[in-house]
Amino acid sequence: MRLITHNMLSCNIKGVTNGFPLRIEAGNVIEKEVDFNPDFIRHMFAKIEWKALVEGARSMGYAELPEDSPDAAVLKSDEPFLKKLHHALLELHLEEGALVCPETGRKFPVNKGIPNMLLHEDEV
Amino acid sequence: MSNRPELLAPPEIFYDETEARKYTSSSRIVEIQAKLSERALELLALPEDGVPRFLLDIGCGSGLSGETLSENGHHWIGLDISASMLNVAVEREVEGDLLLGDMGQGLALRSGVIDGAISISAVQWLCNADKSSHEPRLRLKAFFGSLYRCLSRGARAVFQVYPENIAQRELILRQALQAGFGGGLVVDYPHSTKKRKEFLVLTCGPVQTSIQTSKNEYDESCSEDDNSEDEEVGVSDRNRPRKKRRTNKQGKGREWVLKKKEQSRRKGNNVPADSKYTARKRKSRF
Repeated sequence: MRLITHNMLSCNIKGVTNGFPLRIEAGNVIEKEVDFNPDFIRHMFAKIEWKALVEGARSMGYAELPEDSPDAAVLKSDEPFLKKLHHALLELHLEEGALVCPETGRKFPVNKGIPNMLLHEDEV
Repeated sequence: MSNRPELLAPPEIFYDETEARKYTSSSRIVEIQAKLSERALELLALPEDGVPRFLLDIGCGSGLSGETLSENGHHWIGLDISASMLNVAVEREVEGDLLLGDMGQGLALRSGVIDGAISISAVQWLCNADKSSHEPRLRLKAFFGSLYRCLSRGARAVFQVYPENIAQRELILRQALQAGFGGGLVVDYPHSTKKRKEFLVLTCGPVQTSIQTSKNEYDESCSEDDNSEDEEVGVSDRNRPRKKRRTNKQGKGREWVLKKKEQSRRKGNNVPADSKYTARKRKSRF
């Protein structure tokens, strides 16, 4: 699972009002190279929750993203920054570990890079 | 329609290790899946500006449909309930991210983040109640509701479905419309039982307002069978308030009838000759 997906995931247990962002408990993180496409990164930037991304990247051992959300002007020109963002979003994979719901503490295990988001019957 | 997998077992059990492998090693299935996903992507009508989009593949299985998305340069998340199918997808090194999840429990995604969704032969599974806690209507509702929320405004969702019968098709369509979607059914090859393919094309966004109010109207219209190729049933149009017919007590009058008859004659129709009885009122006992 990549951070771009983590940034979209939220816990949907019944009654949970704020299931985002899921905390990452990293076990094994791997990197896979993906073609760099600045247009896609710019397109996705508007949808990304910056804080969750930075936190997620930190817990996966990547600390090169700035704390505060950069403004749109940086995106147009700053190629090295876009590359960093690209790396964080698309190239870091969480292979083994868990996602933890911030409200209930429920753990969603991640095996072979696949988070198990199946809910128990009493959680639907 | 004798061998429908939905009737044999729940999806997470039916698509076990052997079935998942069989599914992906059959070149026929691979080809059909590729074609269906091509078509679904076409119906998704993403803007052609060369920017890759972030898509959702619901019931992605072993990632056959996702491959088509990757080939077209898009990034995607795949959701499936069968762990075996996802394992095959991992082995095949698909490019999208995979999630193990049940679409009937709702999608665990944030609002407005997905640019489009496709689903190949998956939604009809929701119409089955495989556990005592399953209620198809509620599961469809949870699924469409969460999908509506996670799509960005104006985004589309295209589902290729094999409904078992008219009632099932109606149920799926009704739940989709109640969730706020606009759109309708696209049927490819309607005359052929084998090649016939149905696509549910849903739009998220501007048309949602009229749907709540006119619940009764689409009940009857959904059941109509389309019988021309690629015909699209516009649901949004259908829910438009009907024009009130202007009627007065006197009726249309002789002049109007004569005019209509003349028009009809000009078209070459067989029209009765005009006489003194033409357009005359009936006696009151009628």
